[in-house]
Amino acid sequence: MPHFAKPAEGSWTAHYPELGTSPVDYRDSVDPAYYEAEREAVFKRTWLNVGRVERLPRTGSYFTRELAVADTSLILVRGKDGQIRAFHNICRHRGNKLVWNDFPAAETAGTCRQFTCKYHAWRYGLDGELTFIQQEDEFFGVDKSQYGLKAVRCEIWEGFIFVNLDPDAQPLHDYLGRFAKGIEGYPFDQMTQVTKYRANVGSNWKLFIDAFAEFYHAPVLHAKQAVQDESRKLMDVGYESLHYDIDGPHSMQSSWGGMAPPKDESMVKPIERKLRSGLFGPWDRPIEFELPSGVNPVRHKAWGIDSFLFFPNFMLLLWAPNWVLTYHYWPTSYNTHIFEGALYFVPPKNARERLGQELAAVTFKEYALQDGNTLEATQTMLESQAVREFPLNDQEVLLRHLHQTAHGFVDDYLRQKG
Amino acid sequence: MSTTLPPEFKDLEQFSDWVLFSEGERYAKRLASSMDDMQEFYDAAFPRLDDALSYLDQHELNSLPAEANNLLYLYCSLVNVSFPVEVWRQARVPDSGAASMDCILELKP
Ligand code: FES
Ligand SMILES: [Fe+2]
Repeated sequence: MPHFAKPAEGSWTAHYPELGTSPVDYRDSVDPAYYEAEREAVFKRTWLNVGRVERLPRTGSYFTRELAVADTSLILVRGKDGQIRAFHNICRHRGNKLVWNDFPAAETAGTCRQFTCKYHAWRYGLDGELTFIQQEDEFFGVDKSQYGLKAVRCEIWEGFIFVNLDPDAQPLHDYLGRFAKGIEGYPFDQMTQVTKYRANVGSNWKLFIDAFAEFYHAPVLHAKQAVQDESRKLMDVGYESLHYDIDGPHSMQSSWGGMAPPKDESMVKPIERKLRSGLFGPWDRPIEFELPSGVNPVRHKAWGIDSFLFFPNFMLLLWAPNWVLTYHYWPTSYNTHIFEGALYFVPPKNARERLGQELAAVTFKEYALQDGNTLEATQTMLESQAVREFPLNDQEVLLRHLHQTAHGFVDDYLRQKG
Repeated sequence: MSTTLPPEFKDLEQFSDWVLFSEGERYAKRLASSMDDMQEFYDAAFPRLDDALSYLDQHELNSLPAEANNLLYLYCSLVNVSFPVEVWRQARVPDSGAASMDCILELKP
């Protein structure tokens, strides 16, 4: 018996007929050749979120991003004109990596007036311009104006910095589409208390998105996280979303979330009762504001969380108690990726709020550890190829869409390549 | 660095090795501790959580004196051990095998 209404077609999946209902082939998660195609077709052609503007507060603030999936490293920097720009992290003289500290492969951040190459001291302005060549008269008429840093498309949406390695890509706002429009105005800029986690995960990047794009697994895989009565109840009820939606390559689900605060406080752990916080975040809203129209789109009373997937690898979760969680999945090979999770809160006003945030963050980590470990188990068995096709249910509709979207990009790319 | 707590929390001084300023250190200490150790720390610190919150609220959160700051971080450790003590009865979250996750940016203060 459904607890929440489904579309007139009878199911969410049928509402998007192009998705079909047949079992899904997961060879796209175990095939090295397919992964190589994805790198070109997806990661070198779509808008990738690499951070927020708060990481670049001043003129000369910079950070680097290692993009193994696209075989490059990028410098993100705020210029004298206040503009944020992105460059390939490569010196135009003889190709040294321009910005790094002790370890060339490690990301770094800081503030500077200019970038100086460690190798032969060529210097570049914050706008990428080549400003100094060591022993310039030894060269054969190098025109400095032609040897600036190689720029990468860089655009900003609501304080989120995106890059695109394809110079011909459509503008970011067009790419992000209807969901982004519907979120605009959300006070991300007030949520400056941030904590970030990173993990190396032994699975294809899509498998972790799968795990976060459905909550069907939550009452089962995470059963041992809840106190026992609650856990049994959750499993009996199962999981149903309030609403799913798809817009081009992007998707979202809107979910209930009765845990913040819970209806029955005896159902949560003592520390959660004390600190008024838990998996669903701190129970009390630190600030009040009107939700933009695209958040809790069906305006459901039991609403708890919206989870947006901006293709390919940026998940944005907006929680009813007014905090934000982001996930990024950065492929490093066909069966490994780096997972990043960041929690954004309004800065705490007192010790209870601070400890409530600590509890939410550690809870997030414990759940993600269970998810991550399960993925390695899934990846290895998918690689056995003993079974190749898997039936997905209606609460897994967004997985169907994700895999199909990636296939679409790969097919287009292969067709263009001829 | 001093790890002394405010005098009002003398009874918790014996747990001052739980005053750790990064999530990574707190988590590592949890994994290296026995259930008995964690239970003992929890049983002593949990009942004093309200007292600690009231004490900390006498100060501006962003400019806590050193002893108060230590108390705050002692309670960050309490949050970390509450999971094994209250639910799992083991230091690691069940079904997490060798999976690990590093905190690369800490909450403030
Ligand atoms: S490689 Fe950078 S100055 Fe020579
Ligand atoms: Fe999960």
